[in-house]
Amino acid sequence: MNAPENPWLSYTAVIEEVRSEIESVTTLTLRLQDEGRAAQYRFAPGQFNMLYVPGCGEVAISMSGPVSDDGNRIVHTIRNVGRVTQAISQLGPDDVLGVRGPMGTPWPMEVLEGRDVILVTGGLGMAPLRPVVYELMREPSRFGRRTLLYGARSPDLLLYARELDAWRSSGIEIHLTVDRADPHWHGHVGVVPLLIDRLVDLAPSNTRMFLCGPEIMMHFSAKSALARGMAQEHVWLSMERNMQCAFGMCGHCQWGAHFVCRNGPVLRYDVAEPFLQVRDL
Amino acid sequence: MIKAMSKPKLAVVKFASCDGCQLTLLDAEDELLAIADAVHIAHFAEASSTLEPGPYDVTLVEGSITTQEDLERLLRLRADSRFLVTIGACATAGGVQALRNFADHDEFLKAVYAHPEYIHSLRTSTPISDHVPVDFELRGCPIDKHQLIEVLSSLIAGHRPRTSSECVCQPCKRRGTVCVVVAQGIACLGPVTQAGCGSICPAYDRGCYGCFGPSRQPNAMALSEGILQGASDRQQLANLLSNFNVAAPAFSAESQRLWQLSSRRSSK
Amino acid sequence: MSVAAEEVSWMDRNGLQRLIELLADEGHEVIGPRIDQGAIIYDSIRHVDELPRGWTEDSQPGTYRIQPRNDQEHFGFNVGPHSWKKYLFAPLTTVMRSRKTDQGWVMDSPQPELRRFAFLGVRACELAAIAVQDKVFMGAGTMDPEYQLRRSHLFIIAVQCTQAASTCFCTSMGTGPECHAGFDLALTEIEHGFLVVVGSDHGRRVMQSIDTRPASVDEITDGVRRRQRAVNQITRRLETDGIRDRLLSKLNHPQWDDVASRCLSCANCTMVCPTCFCHSVDEVHDLTNEEILRNRRWDSCFNVDFSHVAGGSVRDTTRSRYRQWLTHKLATWIDQFGSSGCVGCGRCITWCPVGIDLTHEVAMLCAEDAS
Repeated sequence: MNAPENPWLSYTAVIEEVRSEIESVTTLTLRLQDEGRAAQYRFAPGQFNMLYVPGCGEVAISMSGPVSDDGNRIVHTIRNVGRVTQAISQLGPDDVLGVRGPMGTPWPMEVLEGRDVILVTGGLGMAPLRPVVYELMREPSRFGRRTLLYGARSPDLLLYARELDAWRSSGIEIHLTVDRADPHWHGHVGVVPLLIDRLVDLAPSNTRMFLCGPEIMMHFSAKSALARGMAQEHVWLSMERNMQCAFGMCGHCQWGAHFVCRNGPVLRYDVAEPFLQVRDL
Repeated sequence: MIKAMSKPKLAVVKFASCDGCQLTLLDAEDELLAIADAVHIAHFAEASSTLEPGPYDVTLVEGSITTQEDLERLLRLRADSRFLVTIGACATAGGVQALRNFADHDEFLKAVYAHPEYIHSLRTSTPISDHVPVDFELRGCPIDKHQLIEVLSSLIAGHRPRTSSECVCQPCKRRGTVCVVVAQGIACLGPVTQAGCGSICPAYDRGCYGCFGPSRQPNAMALSEGILQGASDRQQLANLLSNFNVAAPAFSAESQRLWQLSSRRSSK
Repeated sequence: MSVAAEEVSWMDRNGLQRLIELLADEGHEVIGPRIDQGAIIYDSIRHVDELPRGWTEDSQPGTYRIQPRNDQEHFGFNVGPHSWKKYLFAPLTTVMRSRKTDQGWVMDSPQPELRRFAFLGVRACELAAIAVQDKVFMGAGTMDPEYQLRRSHLFIIAVQCTQAASTCFCTSMGTGPECHAGFDLALTEIEHGFLVVVGSDHGRRVMQSIDTRPASVDEITDGVRRRQRAVNQITRRLETDGIRDRLLSKLNHPQWDDVASRCLSCANCTMVCPTCFCHSVDEVHDLTNEEILRNRRWDSCFNVDFSHVAGGSVRDTTRSRYRQWLTHKLATWIDQFGSSGCVGCGRCITWCPVGIDLTHEVAMLCAEDAS
């Protein structure tokens, strides 16, 4: 009998490009070294890879590029915040990483068909939603009104700022907010959920919302959405937990009944809500 | 992190201690040549009489601070060190010599020295981290060879080092050792002690005596209340807690509580 | 499953020895109970003489002592500190290797080591525990190659409990004390021998080479009586009716603070638990950082670091970690795997150094439900 492939096995990938985004955040473009594997590789928006630095360890990072990418072009936006991401930040072009993936349950793109779409995000939460933005841009006619509500601590911490004009000109309505403005800032100041409260002409029953950002932001954004008349079943969020195996076996990412790595990271709000209320769960 | 382009410069320096932790480096026989190859050993009095001045990329600090002179030497050393690692119970908690923190220092001096007036030591033995920022801490009396190599190789590779935060019980159970508390009624500090030693003692039918110091969130009071029945056991556990890590806050708080309880008992 | 008289055979002690030898000849490592470190543990067995004949144990919350019996039974005890999971889900195993070569990094996974185990003396709760871990490691999702390889070559000789420990509560969990399925052979020890029931073709094949005779009606009746004795001796209870919803409605109950004041968060309960599956992978590297192993080890939700994310540990208190363990084991496990994660073996009660008893904690948490 042939034993199944070991699910812990990483595949080597070369760093093709490193692009500095905002302070301590970079975007890496990787290419799987095995050509056959690279050709087969496909992901869906919201999924993640386990990136491996030999001798240091693995970290779960969402894909932030367009879904048209195969394994010859895997895009990850990474904040240098932990042990492994710090080791990744020291790598450059031609260095090699291990990759396992794609992993996890993606954003349910099919529910957006013909609907008004609101993406709500804060900080680095923009990265896992960027593949969704690219889909919204690719075939605008498939969707109704498309809105992005996006917050950061300060204007210089807005991720992908250079792309925002292109997103706007594709017809996506963008509302930005920051916690602390600078003299050049003309947008909103305040927390992200306020953008939902202020949104004009929100048609609750025809709207589908994706949330991605700090847990507290998602919690209050969902509350704002419900207050605007949206149904729990029309809101999705992406959770962050410690992921090690990324296939629902090691136990680290458990959150209530969910293995966040496998049942998530994207969960429908009504499924997540009972656990969002509980501290330290 | 150090991520040195050339070989990182290593210093091994001691304060009040027995040298046992430094010896762990020399005891790493199989790996010693590789270490010597991967780093430039600039200052290691135990191994070589050539002592190069700083700055150093990595400094391993053994021992506790017990004199004013040592304190001043430590401040200079910190300024000379990019990544400072404390090694062993003396450096991380004050060592067994910190027993004096809980007794009369002058009495000790009189009992030991014929002419205590020549001795200028501090009233307390304190860990390095009480005086200067410490970048990484390796526990143990002595430290564990594998953990030391893990730290050195991480630093050489430019990674932040990491050691397990689990308590002694987990490696103990992984190696198949039967719990000595439950099966034999032996007092054991395993459930409140940081792992790293390989959980050796329980495998030889004796309780853990806590040489790796308190675990991350130790519940020492629950351990003593949960496993002890009589006052004699209280003293036994207080003795265990008053070893190499006597001055580690979680251990000292509980040993003081137990001493008070047992003295109250006996005075009745 | 009711067993008709003709399906039960009788085998003596020599037959058991022959069984061990036959399995060893087939290439199995026979593992069974034996006395070591003041306990009845699981280890390699070559001869019936190595079994803890004439010994039993006294299991109480936080204490365990082996004691001589006043008879010569081979299996006159229940469960000890070890469980079979250490053979199928190894405490430490290498899952991946990286090597730096002139062509760059080469990554591979070692072939899982085939070990053909034969477990002798598996109790009903332990059969249930193996079934629970089967769902974790080779259920609908991803397969663990090592577990699957070992599991598919496993030979199980179950032993029926004829007594119960004070910490046993398999009757509450619906897992015992009687073994009904999931074994190759099942033994009931009676005076001067063993009643044998065959549970698989492999079991039947092996038994063909062993001297047996059909068990008499009296012997079968004796076996039934002994198995009933185990049922009668079980006093500990866990109310499982609606337990999932009852526990999940108590995530903010003050009892969690109470148990947290006693709990050491030492993870002993999870290490001895036959179903706990949490694990971590560590990097093991040489000084040159060119030969790297990724080693999987048993880990525990009681570790502070276990839930670590960029902002710190999600479960940074003993309260939240005990709550995670208990509610996972008894409630959310049902969502994940379709059954409770608890099989009622009582190990977590006995081997908790401070004797915390999950059945008591559940009773306290759910005290107001009853009224």
